[in-house]
Amino acid sequence: MNLRQCVVLGLLVTVGGLGGMAQGMDAAFPKKIEAGTAFSVQLQGSGEGTLYVVGPGQVLKRDVRLGTTVYFQAGSLPNAGHYVAFLTGGDPGTSEFDVVAASKPADLSFLAKPSRLPVSQHDGISGAVYVFDAYHNLVTSQIPVQFQLTNPTGAVQTRSMEARFGTAWVEFDSTPQQGTDKFIASAGDIASTRIVRQVPGDPCAIKMSASAAGPKVQLTTEPVRDCSGNAIPDGTIINFTQTYDGAETTVDVPLKRGIAEVEMPSHAGSTITVASGVVLGNQIRWEK
Amino acid sequence: MLRNILLLSALGLGGFEAGSAQATVHVKSPDVSGTRALQEQTATAAIRNYLQAWEGFKSAFEQNRVDALDRDFIGTAKDKLSATVQQQESLGIRSKYQDKVHDIQIVFYSPDGLSLELIDDVEYNVQLIDHDKAAGSRAVKARYVTVMTPTETKWRVRVFQALPE
Repeated sequence: MNLRQCVVLGLLVTVGGLGGMAQGMDAAFPKKIEAGTAFSVQLQGSGEGTLYVVGPGQVLKRDVRLGTTVYFQAGSLPNAGHYVAFLTGGDPGTSEFDVVAASKPADLSFLAKPSRLPVSQHDGISGAVYVFDAYHNLVTSQIPVQFQLTNPTGAVQTRSMEARFGTAWVEFDSTPQQGTDKFIASAGDIASTRIVRQVPGDPCAIKMSASAAGPKVQLTTEPVRDCSGNAIPDGTIINFTQTYDGAETTVDVPLKRGIAEVEMPSHAGSTITVASGVVLGNQIRWEK
Repeated sequence: MLRNILLLSALGLGGFEAGSAQATVHVKSPDVSGTRALQEQTATAAIRNYLQAWEGFKSAFEQNRVDALDRDFIGTAKDKLSATVQQQESLGIRSKYQDKVHDIQIVFYSPDGLSLELIDDVEYNVQLIDHDKAAGSRAVKARYVTVMTPTETKWRVRVFQALPE
């Protein structure tokens, strides 16, 4: 008996109705089975044999009686991929089919970078997401994915797109306000949230004033802010530099409650500058 | 614009062995979504590591050796392939994959540079061996999608999955 003619592997009870009755093992074998769904295979002919399903994601082996229906319960083939079916016994035959990921997302692998960055950075925040089903198969059908970035003031940036080969990505500008942003990726009913901290940028301008304090000069900055008006955090080092008679003296002072202050020797004719990193503030010529 | 390049010479993979026979490997110009520029060195390394992963995959499945996956696979891919090798072992079967042709294209490089996705239209032969007896073989054409992530010294395969036709 020619098994190629008498053996028909067909999905009879495929959940979701994928595939159809096969007319020959190779020619009409159901092309697709959704991952993890129950299905059955109708074997025609008589006698006994062994049915193998082989793929990188899984292998199955069943002793079968030809002319009967072989049932595969839900969860038998959870891993998406390309499978080859081998039937031995009598006249052997082979076929191929795909197990496809469920179209409903069940898990998102969401990587957001960075976790902390200065305000007002163009395309400074990026997110990439991979969409998986309940069996952790990459969902490669065209799935809508939404990205949403909510800044501390409640302002929302949103982007929607379709995942391509199971992945989608986005870039957002960091906003002018310091604080904690909520970065959400969602697909279907699944959402994943990451926290992005926006910190003040570099000081925008540093302005100090000077006043006499006995034998010394008292130097005090105005509250130091970045160019978006965010207060530079306490602890940031401010450098006061006094130049007098060819000698240079620098004092590093951490910001405290938003300002930096220091006393330096009072030399008439000295020049005093203030800076933080590469940002230079104003300059004072002390004449008292 | 897609331009086929013979990888064996372009990537210096003349020594790449696909089991007993050498697979023919073509690489299309990347069609990358994402703003991060994909440097040629990065693409070359990733594809080289992907092809090495095929070697590990073939060894693991032919010899039922889970440890053959350690070098090239990580995460979900490693878990799933390892489970399959263990299934083979328990069923007394082995599967011998012989890749003939790879047609590879990188399609995604994440903005942070921490993942890369490629598509491979691959032709291979799979032979089933049950208790050292050949149980059948079949020539297969399939499209694989692979997600790779950089590790200490190389790119490793994190997702390894055939796409439906």
